[in-house]
Amino acid sequence: MRVIVAVKRVVDYNVKVRVRSDGGGVDIANVKMSMNPFDEIAVEEAVRLKEAGVAAEVVVVSAGVAQCQETLRTALAMGADRAILIETNEELQPLAVAKLLNAIVDKEQPQLIIFGKQAIDDDSNQTGQMMAALASLPQATFASRLQIADGRAIVSREIDGGAETLSLALPAVVTTDLRLNEPRYVTLPNLMKAKKKPMETVRPEDLAVDVRPRLTTLRLAEPPKRCAGVIVPDVKTLVEKLKSEAKVL
Amino acid sequence: MSILVVGEHDNATIKGGTLNAVTAAAVISLFTGGETHLLIAGHNAQSVAEAGTKIAGVSKVLLADAPHLAEGLAENVEATVLSIANGYSHIVLPATAYGKSIAPRIAARLDVAQMSDIIAVESADTFVRPVYAGNVIATVRSGDSTKVVTVRTTGFDAAATDGGSASIEKIAAAPDAGVSQFLNRQVTKLDRPELTSADVVVSGGRGLGSAENYTRILEPLADKLGGALGASRAAVDAGFVPNDYQVGQTGKIVAPELYIAVGISGAIQHLAGMKDSKVIVAVNKDAEAPIFSVADYGVVDDLFVAVPEWVDLLSQ
Repeated sequence: MRVIVAVKRVVDYNVKVRVRSDGGGVDIANVKMSMNPFDEIAVEEAVRLKEAGVAAEVVVVSAGVAQCQETLRTALAMGADRAILIETNEELQPLAVAKLLNAIVDKEQPQLIIFGKQAIDDDSNQTGQMMAALASLPQATFASRLQIADGRAIVSREIDGGAETLSLALPAVVTTDLRLNEPRYVTLPNLMKAKKKPMETVRPEDLAVDVRPRLTTLRLAEPPKRCAGVIVPDVKTLVEKLKSEAKVL
Repeated sequence: MSILVVGEHDNATIKGGTLNAVTAAAVISLFTGGETHLLIAGHNAQSVAEAGTKIAGVSKVLLADAPHLAEGLAENVEATVLSIANGYSHIVLPATAYGKSIAPRIAARLDVAQMSDIIAVESADTFVRPVYAGNVIATVRSGDSTKVVTVRTTGFDAAATDGGSASIEKIAAAPDAGVSQFLNRQVTKLDRPELTSADVVVSGGRGLGSAENYTRILEPLADKLGGALGASRAAVDAGFVPNDYQVGQTGKIVAPELYIAVGISGAIQHLAGMKDSKVIVAVNKDAEAPIFSVADYGVVDDLFVAVPEWVDLLSQ
């Protein structure tokens, strides 16, 4: 079976972003960009399915600017077979990405589509679910365990206060949570090999998808700063201060 | 037009996040003048619907009762919401695992954008939400006809569970989508308050070193303070505790009266989940740890000494 994995290029998780002084955007010039961490988990899971002989082909897809090629190369170096870049300079919002992915899924007819549960830039947590709904497919969000058997996906998922297990008819959409796996490191030889793997570029027009943004960002601001308090010499002083000063004990 | 809140419940009781979503709906209605309706999609959920009628601010409870709605499967709840979505200007869900799974499906099928995790309402079409792990606060306007939002529960007070006098209207459940099946659920049995609603949260990080240490050091303190237990992503990754303990950008967002960070360095992604706490205490032996930059009170000491000492003091 074929597995499609959606990957997003985001500001690296170690970077503390700053709002541009004009409030019109986030300063991402000269900032390190990486694959969204949850998408790495998604790629890893797909590659493991291939290594286990469950998946025959892993196709990675990204949407965005030309530099997303680097993100796709990383995914290829992790073990994906080929890549598709949906290239555009337009600001892409989750609904647009879901429609683009849906168009790719329509063409490629995968049995499984894996997304990271959320991107760490816009923190939306929407695209996988939206794509599933557009394609009328079942979904399991926040997966911590995934098994494929008898044409179904058995997925354990993280829920508030525990876990639950669902059985989905394939094709299905799964979004990844932290504990699903630990992504492998990309080695230099694999990165070299990845350069030879196929990468196709399409445009939203080719897929007949209108990607114009629906949401307008009016303002971006930094949250009110929390000031550092005091270092107390010992626990005894701490307890006294929590009682008399903070009044929380 | 009215506002629809999709209620989260377990067929017996309404989950807390629903009450915060009702308050968000009440704020939206200040701008639209619309009524707030609460949908209970479940099975044998009459008692939940009855409890819903008493929530302050709810004018009507819609009850869709069918076996295939029993477990809150996203595909089936989505279909039932879509069957009534026409009459609503706003569809509001709590930003919990439940709401996060269902809301985007509804938005996509309505061909509208969704605004996730809103923390404030500026007008009928403009909402405030954190992005970049809460390091940036965005004010966003939707040009779509229907606004689908999920509500960060720490951003709005819980609506009162009494004082309301709504009516119940039974509606038909949409047919079973038939593509997903619920197998089982393991709910962690907790004899302490729930993490997102606790007044005190005791959280542990990598500094604890092991699952045994996490339990041995933190549980007595949480017991003494009547608090919930939480953890940093590092502690979850290291396998000290299950994922549902995780506080942070990718875990739970908490804002208790007192948040105690033990052996937590204070990565951006952790701070995103707890920096709205009223009072923050950090215990860490590294005086340079970033957690001290947000802590009201810091103790630079070995946690294996400081925390037991704290428990002793509370026992006296």
